[in-house]
Amino acid sequence: MKLKGNVFKYGDDVNTDEIIPARYLNTSDPKELAKHCMEDIDKDFVTKVKSGDIIVAEKNFGCGSSREHAPIAIKAAGVSCVIAKSFARIFYRNSINTGLSILECAEAAEEADSFDKMEVDLDRGIIRNLTKGKTYNSQGFPKFVQGIIKAGGLMKWVRKKK
Amino acid sequence: MTITEKILASHADKKKVQPGEIVNCKTDILLGNDITAPISINLFEKSGAKKVFDRNKIVFVPDHFAPNKDIESATQCKKLRDFSLKHRITNYFEVGRMGIEHALLPEKGIVLPGDLVIGADSHTCTYGALGAFSTGIGSTDLAAAMIIGKVWLKVPQTIKFIFFGKLNKWVSGKDLILYTIGKIGVDGANYRAMEFCGEAIKSLNMDNRLTICNMAIEAGAKNGIIAPDAETLRYVKKRAKRKYKIYNSDKDASCEEILEFNCTKIEPQVAFPHSPENTKPVSEAGKIKIDQVIIGSCTNGRITDLIEAAKILKGKKVNPNVRLLIFPATQEIYKEAMKMGIIDIFIDAEAVVSTPTCGPCLGGHMGILAEGERAVATTNRNFVGRMGHVKSEIYLASPAVAAASAVKGRIASPEEVVGK
Repeated sequence: MKLKGNVFKYGDDVNTDEIIPARYLNTSDPKELAKHCMEDIDKDFVTKVKSGDIIVAEKNFGCGSSREHAPIAIKAAGVSCVIAKSFARIFYRNSINTGLSILECAEAAEEADSFDKMEVDLDRGIIRNLTKGKTYNSQGFPKFVQGIIKAGGLMKWVRKKK
Repeated sequence: MTITEKILASHADKKKVQPGEIVNCKTDILLGNDITAPISINLFEKSGAKKVFDRNKIVFVPDHFAPNKDIESATQCKKLRDFSLKHRITNYFEVGRMGIEHALLPEKGIVLPGDLVIGADSHTCTYGALGAFSTGIGSTDLAAAMIIGKVWLKVPQTIKFIFFGKLNKWVSGKDLILYTIGKIGVDGANYRAMEFCGEAIKSLNMDNRLTICNMAIEAGAKNGIIAPDAETLRYVKKRAKRKYKIYNSDKDASCEEILEFNCTKIEPQVAFPHSPENTKPVSEAGKIKIDQVIIGSCTNGRITDLIEAAKILKGKKVNPNVRLLIFPATQEIYKEAMKMGIIDIFIDAEAVVSTPTCGPCLGGHMGILAEGERAVATTNRNFVGRMGHVKSEIYLASPAVAAASAVKGRIASPEEVVGK
């Protein structure tokens, strides 16, 4: 699958309270959550983000709480993919489980800036920064995790296994 | 093998596991709360599953926005209640019988040494203090485990933290973990097991150990763990209603890294906004005026924490410019504090004493900060906007430092209030 969009660039340690503040967790409705995505770190995000856009961040993206509302909010806001130097472990699991595409690539993350145009070939893990004219290979997923992604998320994987 | 590897191996029916290996593990306890479990329940029902894998191994605690703060929260709590009734979930804890989940489960003897626990709450890592493997996961992981009773886990590398030397006065488990996070950073143990040991850890009671493991996630860790000893058995024996197993790391177990900290050099710590890694000794905090103090949460709402706060607050009044809110973490702790006369001390000091709830810790309810306000809190995260307005600030500290700060109206050390 190929994705294409504008980059929204963030720094180190973006936490799940910034991705979706807890004050909005009295619901798990994706549309409601999407309205407040990234609100405390970038209040313009929800008005600027367009379907297909890509979040790029530095190290430890998604640290903090286990709230699955974080990847749900990002996905429902229209973001097609998150690229980071590294991900916090619960966010990593939650993204795989809920079908939010994530890629780990230090170089692509470091060199990208907000508003760059980016193209991602998910199947091959190739990232192209069209603005900068550079191509990167992301780190692949362990085989086991690939199985979950291929099945279409954890719940479908479980149903297949049962 | 390390204690973490041994527990994972035994739950995967394997003799040996190695870091990096992915294993499918049986679970002993699954946990969900009013924020995370509603998503799991929706997924469970959507999957067509008819029965949970074991109604005795699932625990639901409405604690985050309970007692219900608004209609939406009431609806989420109701989802837990209805599902628990329908599936005859043994361990559903209604308001009045509940507490903050990570204080409640050890207290009730629900989690025991050697267990493998997953919880849809990042602070599930707390139970490592009992010598269990315990980690936070998301709602989908919980939903899947509710059906199959299993979870896939990557065996983590272990970082060993050895705390040697005698603890200084007023230095608690909270100070040791804040100090550690200050040293290694908020991703210093990402995907790793943090194994805490050394004479200083052995000298701490279970409440303090639970505080240390509680904040392992704040360094990005998969789990925090402390090998069981006499203190663990003292705590567990009177609570356990089933068998449990004691694991220890082998002497030659391989660790990715060993870090040693000299406790004689550690003083009470304060983590400055907006990250738990921004730590300083309280003596270097400077004169920072505050508006609110929170004592409580899954990190520091246990009886030991309340006793420490009471030592400072006895016969004192909260500074007129400060609001002090205290949250005993469970009904049992509340009762014990009452018997000990601690609640009287708090009320006489003009503090608010509340029923158990996670409320203010995550900016939900019961103590939200306005623009420009500053709080000292015994909670676990001081992220931007965590306790209210985006332009408010949170300073993380121990119950003793928090209580001293409430009296002084600024960040203060316990000694400034009660002398050396």
